[in-house]
Amino acid sequence: MTTAERPRLAVVGAGPAGLAGALAAAARGVQVTLVDAADQPGGQFYRQPAPGLGARRPQALHHQWRTFERLRDGLERHRAAGLITHLADHHVWCVEREPGSGALSVHALRGPAQEQGVTVRADAVLLATGGYERVLPFPGWTLPGVVTAGGAQAMLKGGLALPGRTAVVAGTGPLLLPVATGLAAAGVRVAALVESADPAALLPRARALAARPGKLAEGAGYAARLLRYGVRVLPRHTVLEAHGTDRLEAVTLASLGRNGRTRPGSARRIACDTLAVGHGMLPHTDLAGTLGCTLSGTDVRVDDEQRTDVPGVWAAGETTGVGGAALALAEGHIAGRSVAARLGGTAPDPRRWAAAARARARQRAFFAALDAVYAPPAAWADAVPDDTVVCRCEEVTAGAVRTAAGPLGASDPRAVKLLTRAGMGWCQGRVCAPAVAALTGCPLVPERRPFARPVPLGVLAALPEPPPG
Amino acid sequence: MVGAACALYAARAGLDVRVVDRGAVAGGTTGAGEGNLLVSDKEPGPELELALLSARLWSELAEELGAAIEYESKGGLVVAAAPDALAALRDFAAGQRSAGVTAVPVGSGELREMEPHLASGMAGGVHYPQDAQVMPALAAAHLLHACGAPVHTGWTVTGVVRAADGAVRGVRTDRGDIHAPAVVNAAGTWGGDLASLAGVRLPVLPRRGFVLVTEPLPRMVRHKVYAADYVADVASDSATLRASPVVEGTAAGPVLIGATRERVGFDRSLSLAAVRALAAGAIGLFPFLERVRALRTYAGFRPYLPDHLPAIGPDPRVPGLFHACGHEGAGIGLAPGTGQSIARALTGKAPELNLTPFRPERFDTDTDTGTGTGTDTDTDTDGGDTP
Ligand SMILES: Cc1cc2nc3c(=O)[nH]c(=O)nc-3n(C[C@H](O)[C@H](O)[C@H](O)COP(=O)(O)OP(=O)(O)OC[C@H]3O[C@@H](n4cnc5c(N)ncnc54)[C@H](O)[C@@H]3O)c2cc1C
Ligand SMILES: Cc1cc2nc3c(=O)[nH]c(=O)nc-3n(C[C@H](O)[C@H](O)[C@H](O)COP(=O)(O)OP(=O)(O)OC[C@H]3O[C@@H](n4cnc5c(N)ncnc54)[C@H](O)[C@@H]3O)c2cc1C
Repeated sequence: MTTAERPRLAVVGAGPAGLAGALAAAARGVQVTLVDAADQPGGQFYRQPAPGLGARRPQALHHQWRTFERLRDGLERHRAAGLITHLADHHVWCVEREPGSGALSVHALRGPAQEQGVTVRADAVLLATGGYERVLPFPGWTLPGVVTAGGAQAMLKGGLALPGRTAVVAGTGPLLLPVATGLAAAGVRVAALVESADPAALLPRARALAARPGKLAEGAGYAARLLRYGVRVLPRHTVLEAHGTDRLEAVTLASLGRNGRTRPGSARRIACDTLAVGHGMLPHTDLAGTLGCTLSGTDVRVDDEQRTDVPGVWAAGETTGVGGAALALAEGHIAGRSVAARLGGTAPDPRRWAAAARARARQRAFFAALDAVYAPPAAWADAVPDDTVVCRCEEVTAGAVRTAAGPLGASDPRAVKLLTRAGMGWCQGRVCAPAVAALTGCPLVPERRPFARPVPLGVLAALPEPPPG
Repeated sequence: MVGAACALYAARAGLDVRVVDRGAVAGGTTGAGEGNLLVSDKEPGPELELALLSARLWSELAEELGAAIEYESKGGLVVAAAPDALAALRDFAAGQRSAGVTAVPVGSGELREMEPHLASGMAGGVHYPQDAQVMPALAAAHLLHACGAPVHTGWTVTGVVRAADGAVRGVRTDRGDIHAPAVVNAAGTWGGDLASLAGVRLPVLPRRGFVLVTEPLPRMVRHKVYAADYVADVASDSATLRASPVVEGTAAGPVLIGATRERVGFDRSLSLAAVRALAAGAIGLFPFLERVRALRTYAGFRPYLPDHLPAIGPDPRVPGLFHACGHEGAGIGLAPGTGQSIARALTGKAPELNLTPFRPERFDTDTDTGTGTGTDTDTDTDGGDTP
């Protein structure tokens, strides 16, 4: 087959899911274009610098690192063979499907300044855009020194997590463990790991589930290391407030009662200059939403082959539900094989990917169990004072949201946004949507974001006409 | 918006009002459009009269609610690139002046004084100081709040209750009946469905429009600026895409560019052709926009009737039923005049305006089934928003 004859797949996202999908498809004769916003392949998980990993990564993760090296080498080989084109530093703002022909166009912005328009055409698209961190507001959360858990990871990468600093890691979810260990390993004094859930509740479930999830061992490894670094782990605790004038100086913590409210009299203050917070991850679903893919809750819905309900569009990894790197790899692999078969005009044989399907089932079950345990305190939204800013871009307070939702009749988050501008700013509500939904008393429903990235009007005006047919 | 204005004027006329909406406040087209209050795009006729009345009422409302609804009497500036377009625009403006519109010719040199970032080489324009703007969702919410009527959001009207003699007795909703001797149909694009619940025909149809919203900027665009071909566009009756965008800065910073006009039913999916046309049109007027980023785009469905005029007033076919819908691209601008006219009709007072052209039963006589393919009337009734 020549390049011109091969079916074309565009993969959006070069994390574990996108890489696995690109390799599986390319190995089966598909011409792949891998479009990714980052300058290096690897996504969230593998983005950490190799030297840092070599020196400091927990033992349990070396296995994952080797997996990444295999993927990276595979990518190199296919690139050299002309089967995969890797477009790094390309930010996809929209994927368009022509209703008639079904042809797909991936529209991206090139370069760190994201000013130049690039369009990639394909017969199929694999959405592997991963997820992003959810951070819920509390008084003081906008102070310099308060970062997301992922942001703390980035500080480590940039060498900004200076030894001698004092950090508190807080929120909920399994991500807090590696972040706390990473900071401690880099020489930061981690004063506490504040987890609003009670991970002890996980143990019975996990044991019931797990033949051998590496995850548990991983978790145990982190716990041991935290102990070694002298990190105090405070389950069923929450950060009430971050203090400081120009930057963070201290946080107030409190313990949580069974009803999800803070126990009276349990508040205490801890001095720190860094607070890393995270309340779990949310999938990136903008591109899928604009294509018209059905979501279930906040996740892109896929079938056993990782197909969405829009013809020609597959999805894999955290965009279909948050579940860690191993799950992303399994899903990506299955998606790539399915694409190759379907574009070749045949139905795939799922027995060929039985091992990946088993891994997928195991990891999904494991993360479903995690999800049931790791959750923000039930009543967290009630605890946000009126004067706390909820939408940072537009500086909208919790009080303004409550007024809109109450006396002004904005009974859903969209109406609240119209009346308050919460979610209309640069981040388009990615940060504040969970808080606005909770303050309005509504479930979190992903918003329509036709542009996954802000697009210069000049790029819009210069869009190519869709090809005829 | 229209329902909120009807509720406000009815309550102020002393009536006991209840507002029912199946969604949230401003959850319909009002939350998916723009807030241009334009007289500039309307030629002499019933819609212009309604617009002039509404402009006056909006400025009264603004004194009461001004900042909360982001009212700005910034004025409109219609520009023409070429001399022949300018000549047509000047003629159009002369006609408007005789109907009571303030329309001031602007020379090509003055244009750049009024709008420093406008593209160079424009032939000239016309300034319309009466054009103004509100933030529609805030306006609807604050008008409702000010009227004090109970607002039942999340209640869907499922039927119109009628007495043996056919007169309206109230509405049936999924949360129970509401009894009232008069019902106002302000269901916008869904007004036809509501009318059919009362057993009458009102052929309201959707006309899609996209709007582009940029990142927040310091004030670069001072007026509502649009090109003169817009005036020709709105009077056309074609089903295909049209765009000759109105460009305007907002109080909050973003520049709004809108809107397209397409008849494609209730299809909400993104049309890149539409946003491409908007972007190209806007850059043509303001070249600096080329490097400015669009943060989002959204679509709404204008409620239109085959002759592009709204239905306002009592329905002689069903005593007690009143209509206030079908305002197409100008329902924000025309809301107060509509609300006041409805309140007068409800209380048996003579309207300030001749409502005959807006009779809801006017489509019973024509053969047009409301597909919009009939010939267009002379009346250009679109307006308020960007084409
Ligand atoms: C701080 C942190 C610690 C973690 N620790 C662990 C751990 O210990 N164990 C574990 O199993 N998992 C861990 N995870 C989770 C793990 O990183 C993810 O499960 C995994 O990376 C998901 O893979 P993915 O391919 O779905 O998405 P990602 O790895 O997120 O990759 C998505 C890629 O898509 C790109 N992208 C997104 N949108 C666009 C767009 N519009 N245009 C172009 N490109 C786009 C992104 O730049 C990214 O490169 C951690 C995550 C974080 C943030
Ligand atoms: C892109 C675009 C730009 C625009 N720009 C402008 C502009 O600049 N200036 C201007 O003046 N106009 C503009 N418009 C037009 C303007 O938005 C509309 O004319 C106006 O919003 C119509 O208001 P309404 O109250 O009639 O309808 P809506 O706001 O749609 O209200 C109707 C309400 O009825 C409710 N409803 C329907 N059926 C039922 C039921 N069975 N039970 C209970 N409730 C029901 C709906 O939920 C809805 O909330 C624009 C429109 C679009 C799409």
